[in-house]
Amino acid sequence: MAYASYGGAAYDDDSYDDRPEFRDGLRDIQQQDPGYDASTHVPDVVKTFVAYLYRHIREKNVYEIHQMYEGSFQKLSERMFKQSPWPTAEAIASYVENDHVFCLLYKEMWFRHLYAKLTPTLEQRFESWDNYCNLFQVILHGNVNMQLPNQWLWDMVDEFIYQFQSFCQYRAKLKSKSDQELLLLRQYNEIWNVYGVLNYLQALIDKSMIIQILEQEKDGSVTFTATDGYDYHGGSNVLKVLGYFSIIGLLRVHCLLGDYHSGLKCLTPIDINQHGVFSTIIGCHITAIYYYGFANLMMRRYIDAIRAFNQVLLYILKTKQYHQKLPQFDQILKKNEQMYALLAICLSLCPHGKLVEENVNNQLREKYADKMQRMQRSDEALFDELFSFACPKFITPAPPNYEELINYNQDAYRLQLKLFLSEMRQQQLISSIRSFLKLYSTISIAKLASFMELDEAGLRMALLTYKHKTHVVDYDGSILSNADVDFYIDGDMVHIADNKVTRRFGDYFVRHIIKFEEIINDLDRVQLDSV
Amino acid sequence: MEQLVALNPYNPDILPELESYVHEQVISQMYSLDANLCLLRLYQFEPGRLNIHVVSRILVKALMALPASDFNLCMFLIPERLQLEEPFLTLATLAHFLETARFREFWDEAARNRDILEVVPGFEQAIQGYAIHVLSLTYQRLPRHVLAEAINVEGLSLDKYLDHQVKSNGWSLERVHGGQVLVVLPPNEHNHPVLKKNATDSIPLEHVAKLFPVLT
Repeated sequence: MAYASYGGAAYDDDSYDDRPEFRDGLRDIQQQDPGYDASTHVPDVVKTFVAYLYRHIREKNVYEIHQMYEGSFQKLSERMFKQSPWPTAEAIASYVENDHVFCLLYKEMWFRHLYAKLTPTLEQRFESWDNYCNLFQVILHGNVNMQLPNQWLWDMVDEFIYQFQSFCQYRAKLKSKSDQELLLLRQYNEIWNVYGVLNYLQALIDKSMIIQILEQEKDGSVTFTATDGYDYHGGSNVLKVLGYFSIIGLLRVHCLLGDYHSGLKCLTPIDINQHGVFSTIIGCHITAIYYYGFANLMMRRYIDAIRAFNQVLLYILKTKQYHQKLPQFDQILKKNEQMYALLAICLSLCPHGKLVEENVNNQLREKYADKMQRMQRSDEALFDELFSFACPKFITPAPPNYEELINYNQDAYRLQLKLFLSEMRQQQLISSIRSFLKLYSTISIAKLASFMELDEAGLRMALLTYKHKTHVVDYDGSILSNADVDFYIDGDMVHIADNKVTRRFGDYFVRHIIKFEEIINDLDRVQLDSV
Repeated sequence: MEQLVALNPYNPDILPELESYVHEQVISQMYSLDANLCLLRLYQFEPGRLNIHVVSRILVKALMALPASDFNLCMFLIPERLQLEEPFLTLATLAHFLETARFREFWDEAARNRDILEVVPGFEQAIQGYAIHVLSLTYQRLPRHVLAEAINVEGLSLDKYLDHQVKSNGWSLERVHGGQVLVVLPPNEHNHPVLKKNATDSIPLEHVAKLFPVLT
């Protein structure tokens, strides 16, 4: 291992972060001039960075890899590559023994940085697809013996889908494309092809056998979650954990395509209500719950959505201070806001306030108290506003019709919005029915109809709609009610069900009687000293 | 077929099989949401191969699956401009009527569009089943005319229908003041909330038993 020759003999401590240039706060590092040639000039700091990273990967020092990946890479990017790309893989290859796999990993980081700080060209989009293909091929078919931090593996899946999304959005804007670009797009239509993306994710799931592993874990024959997916017997966590994260990846892609049922179906091997490897990475936890909740919202399963959003919003509230330094903190905040909006929508349609924890509820009230009231009065513009703010960036997966040079990148979003709003319109009367029902224990059809300014037939239909919309068909075919106020009709009378939870006085008294009896017995036993 | 879909969820080659499976579902009165969503997904990826007749049948089958929200799930995958054309416009209208319990309007519109609906056997019965379902969630006893409108059956046919339900499904009929006939639906936890209530106000004997030493 010739690492000692990189960086000089003075730096033989293991930790990259202990290096002098970092201790001095990167003072002496110059910002790279955007005009510099990334393909030839390699700053010394980068030379040592890749050398150390390469060494740590070879030695499977997961902790150090993580420090360098999350910490040093960000610091150097901030200081030196704020608006320019890192040196190319070709340029640094000689410092890492031209290791093929390392270069693929380096390029993965390289492209992620590029997409985040700059706008990739069409050629660069093609290349980043190529890189993911090569990387996944190696992982699927080679026998990689690395252990990488789960954070990085999650970021790979996350970024892969993000770049796919970005490409679909880019491709859908045909108006401003040059002839050259259009030609290239037409010619290379297998690049960022939706089949490719889905099949890679599926391949990672299949090859890693992660579904079977999660099954077998339940009876203890296999450990996966207990070790956070890491392999402590000399093996590799890469394929298994990528397979695991691909499950969440598929949920996300299906939601972006509008197929909520299939998305939730893909997620079934993971129990979202329990701790799992997904909850160890904040970005993964949030993504999983966000899409799970959104899918349930679109399928009218409001209670499931509320529970999920509540769970993760509470988690974010409690742990926000620890995540402030993370590079993805902005993303976390954005998703946080979006989920409050979605929670507000859900609670306006299905007011089960008890399901929301107190602190989350306070935050919700602060942001949306007024808007929730208006949504309960069926303010369609507000539903539009919140939905548009909080929804995922839907995509149109099909290649464009190159004969028609229009921008159609908003089409997918418009369809989902339209269907969502028509559902809101169908549920329009439910809120007012609910508020009337709360006031009575029985009321005649005629009287309620006059209050609601409907004719009797219209009221009967509205009441049936209420029942239909609040009673969801569960996965096993049974009917679950998510109504907070329920009723039945007997002939011409509406009887409202008394849902008040009866105070359990009996238990309370029993407990206290016994307690006092104990106290009295203790007092009896006390011997007072005679003076 | 379920196996085929499970093993090839993202494979355009199975498109012809999925299409013939839709026809099979129609003929033999079976139904598979997963297979149909898979097909709609492939159509989404390759709009040139989309077959309007197949999609129309999928949507009719989805309507028959009410109260499940299958119809909406399918609509999420069909491009907007297609939804503005026939027969999708009519099917969306029919779905809207059913979702908002506008049964009178539904049956009227359905009668005007027999050609789309009659190709799928079992449609009428399925919708009647949905209507009964919603009525059962809501009513303990309902006026005869409400039932008639919901299932689109009147007169002698309705008498026969009620007869059958009384004999096999636990329905009964009641005559009330004014000569009106009420149809009594079987009790379930949704139209009889009492059935659902937990006995939260009663105390188990064991808890009270703890008090016995104190009382003596």
